[in-house]
Amino acid sequence: MASLDDLKKRILSVKSTQKITKAMKMVAAAKLKRAQENAEKGRPYSEKMNNIILNLSNGISDKENAPKLLAGTGNDKVHLCVVLTSDRGLCGGFNSNIIKKAKAYFTKITSEGKNLKIITVGSKGYDQLKRQYNDKIVNKISFKESKNINFFDAEKVSKIIIESFQKNEFDVCTIFYNKFKNVITQIPQAQQIIPLKSSETGNKNEKDNYEFEPEEDEILGNLLPKNISTQIFKAMLENSASEQGSRMSAMDNATRNAGEMVDKLTIQYNRSRQAAITKELIEIISGAESL
Amino acid sequence: MSEEFKLEIVNPEKSFLSKEDVTEVLVPAYEGDMGILKDHISIISFLKPGILKVFSKSGEDKYYVEDGIIEFKDNTLSILTSSIFNLDKIDRNYVSQSLSDTEKLLSKEDLDDQSRFLISQKIDVLKSISSN
Repeated sequence: MASLDDLKKRILSVKSTQKITKAMKMVAAAKLKRAQENAEKGRPYSEKMNNIILNLSNGISDKENAPKLLAGTGNDKVHLCVVLTSDRGLCGGFNSNIIKKAKAYFTKITSEGKNLKIITVGSKGYDQLKRQYNDKIVNKISFKESKNINFFDAEKVSKIIIESFQKNEFDVCTIFYNKFKNVITQIPQAQQIIPLKSSETGNKNEKDNYEFEPEEDEILGNLLPKNISTQIFKAMLENSASEQGSRMSAMDNATRNAGEMVDKLTIQYNRSRQAAITKELIEIISGAESL
Repeated sequence: MSEEFKLEIVNPEKSFLSKEDVTEVLVPAYEGDMGILKDHISIISFLKPGILKVFSKSGEDKYYVEDGIIEFKDNTLSILTSSIFNLDKIDRNYVSQSLSDTEKLLSKEDLDDQSRFLISQKIDVLKSISSN
């Protein structure tokens, strides 16, 4: 059995760990509030953008000549996967969930004999993927320096994607991120952004008569790259809210576990202290008796 | 009958401006400036760099926009833009910085006509802002 001193030390160290996790939980809670607000503020933009694109793609007359970003290249050979993760750890299953989802998709793609390319955004995703998929990763992006998520960063990512699309380096692009449902639940998502999924554009029950200036195709050509930035930005916002939420609940659990551990150790400490006292007493009594 | 309609300007980060009592909006649309009044036909267009003017009961506001998309439908004008600045509060340093950056862009050789047009537009607008 551990000596009294050892137990005391352990209790102390668990207590200080608890202090850290508690503080991290508080920080995450504060950040979560802000991230959630940002995600909500960003919603109108992406919704409106989606609406306009929906209207536009309904209005387009000949689908054959539609921009490639909308219609695709006609092939389905090379898949580009953009995996959005966080730059920091200690946030529970947040990163692992995305990676798990992404890996399942990767396996499916490769088993179908298609080519796979990966772009990781955020260093944690790269760390987890580099062992298995190092040869597939074509680019890794990290925004460690920027404190807040801003549209500029999202544009940087989308620029890389679009440029490589124009060079015909891939046919289908999917992004992976965590959708923020609430503090406890974040759902890993796979969203196809190139070509635009028909489920998002196929809603044709109501056709509005719009005037277009200039022509539909020209607007679409201008709009679609912007839409990709917007979708990525949305994913980044959702991701950051999810990250903080996930970290908060992870740290909450850790704090609770540390509390339980301290209780257990304290009982153990008290028992062994009592045992030592009893032992000493018995020694004294039996010593006195033998006289 | 009232002549007012609704204007919404949205940034990627947040809702920039929302006004119910707008009477006229002048937008720098891609194919030329466009004035929008109540009951305009539904329209989608995109913007070139320029000055956006908003007329309402409470007065006239001017904004500098760099790009964006506008949609007018059911007497609601939505403007989606990633860069918009109120002209009264615009940062002079930003203007001059942006002006010199854009001028550098123009000197590149491999520009196509469309982007050359947009860039020279931007320079013109920025110059007129900084001269005021």
